[in-house]
Amino acid sequence: MSKNRPVIGVLALQGDVREHATMLERAGATAIGVRRPAELAEVDGLVLPGGESTTMSRLLETFELLDPLRERLADGMPAFGSCAGMILLARQALDGRDDQRQLDALDVVVRRNAFGRQVDSFEGDLDFTGVDGPPLHAVFIRAPWVEKTGDGVEVLARIPHTRDAPAAADRIVAVRQGPVLATAFHPELTGDERVHRLFVGIVQER
Amino acid sequence: MSDVQSPNSSLPETGTARVKRGMAEMLKGGVIMDVVTPEQAKIAEDAGAVAVMALERVPADIRAQGGVARMSDPDLIDGIVSTVSIPVMAKARIGHFVEARVLQALGVDYVDESEVLTPADYVNHIDKWAFTVPFVCGATNLGEALRRINEGAAMIRSKGEAGTGDVSNATTHMRKIRAELRTLSSLPEDELYVAAKELQAPYELVKEVAATGKLPVVLFTAGGIATPADAAMMMQLGAEGVFVGSGIFKSGDPARRAEAIVKATTFHDDPDVLAKVSRGLGEAMVGINVDDVPEPHRLAERGW
Repeated sequence: MSKNRPVIGVLALQGDVREHATMLERAGATAIGVRRPAELAEVDGLVLPGGESTTMSRLLETFELLDPLRERLADGMPAFGSCAGMILLARQALDGRDDQRQLDALDVVVRRNAFGRQVDSFEGDLDFTGVDGPPLHAVFIRAPWVEKTGDGVEVLARIPHTRDAPAAADRIVAVRQGPVLATAFHPELTGDERVHRLFVGIVQER
Repeated sequence: MSDVQSPNSSLPETGTARVKRGMAEMLKGGVIMDVVTPEQAKIAEDAGAVAVMALERVPADIRAQGGVARMSDPDLIDGIVSTVSIPVMAKARIGHFVEARVLQALGVDYVDESEVLTPADYVNHIDKWAFTVPFVCGATNLGEALRRINEGAAMIRSKGEAGTGDVSNATTHMRKIRAELRTLSSLPEDELYVAAKELQAPYELVKEVAATGKLPVVLFTAGGIATPADAAMMMQLGAEGVFVGSGIFKSGDPARRAEAIVKATTFHDDPDVLAKVSRGLGEAMVGINVDDVPEPHRLAERGW
């Protein structure tokens, strides 16, 4: 069933919620903040924003959002996670905390803070499958990368080869599995709403 | 050369304004806690802090013990960095660009050029554009915030009176900054030249803020926050997140209080949650009224 203007939630426990909401509105959706199970029940899709994944994991659990969210994801609700959001959606996170909760909506193993500390955070261009036009400008902030992908996970973007960071070359930084999309970087920070349009399209298809 | 590069792609760049300011965006809605040991850092991370601030003494102890307060021992910072997986911030003295260099070399994620430490330069702040690591600075009003941003600060915290547990200065300064933002965005363009002169801030920055109605960087609050209700009030007054200093580890039950302040920051507009998390927290830090602190000992008035 297609909807002209879907309602897409942004998980609003912590992080850059407003930036995602602005981009979703520009990409043709109505954005609402989600902090409670009742709010989650109203949305056609959910964005898990950038922020601190350990904090969000803890708050998801305390405010009894973890199980309802897992149920909706299991039912096929479209979701898009950037950075911390990608970590939460993954099956497994390396270099995280032992008590960190995984939503297990993406059959991937991610490594937290994989590129290093904040002084190693960077921005640069990359090609992104499913996004038309010029390369996408991507902002990586203490970002994770995807270390392993399972069957059915489509790789949408990798770090290009450059002289500066040979260790990072070819690392997977954007994936999709069915209605679930995730990026290690922050498309919400650049003013280019192409990735959000892709996600709004995924929500509309359902 | 074996480098393969797609023709249109720009080289990856570190230390850009977007990467520095973006880091602060990721901390929004969160609580950054002052810690002096790796054990405290662990408690803060367990409680859901988005980052910790490593320092040698919490402001309440700096106030009580006096003397010159400086950057922490690198061993202590290393210990904290290796204990937690969340970002680690650390304080450098105002104008002390070498302390800031040392902190950058230690791999801290944010440097706080802080009035809580004894200033090293009473004229100049650090030229923060010259660093890869981002900086947060304090401000009591909009002009001060814009001067810091002009020097390269990627995040601003409104100043309160650190180490007192008295939230009144934090509210004064947050209200002041927000009021000045509202005033500025209501001015016609031809009055912005004089506004820039009065704010003692660069015209281009004043013009940008007048157009957007907000600072170009994230605005947190700091100083004197001791309870979940304090944190929630500051969020309602327009803070995008909270620094808590002495309020946690000078209280009776730091782990519980830390967790309660995290929850109160997220649900700052929900009185039911606030009532629930405010229960059974044990003793709050004792506190000092700002009015009882002699003026030369007021930290918020350092910086200009």
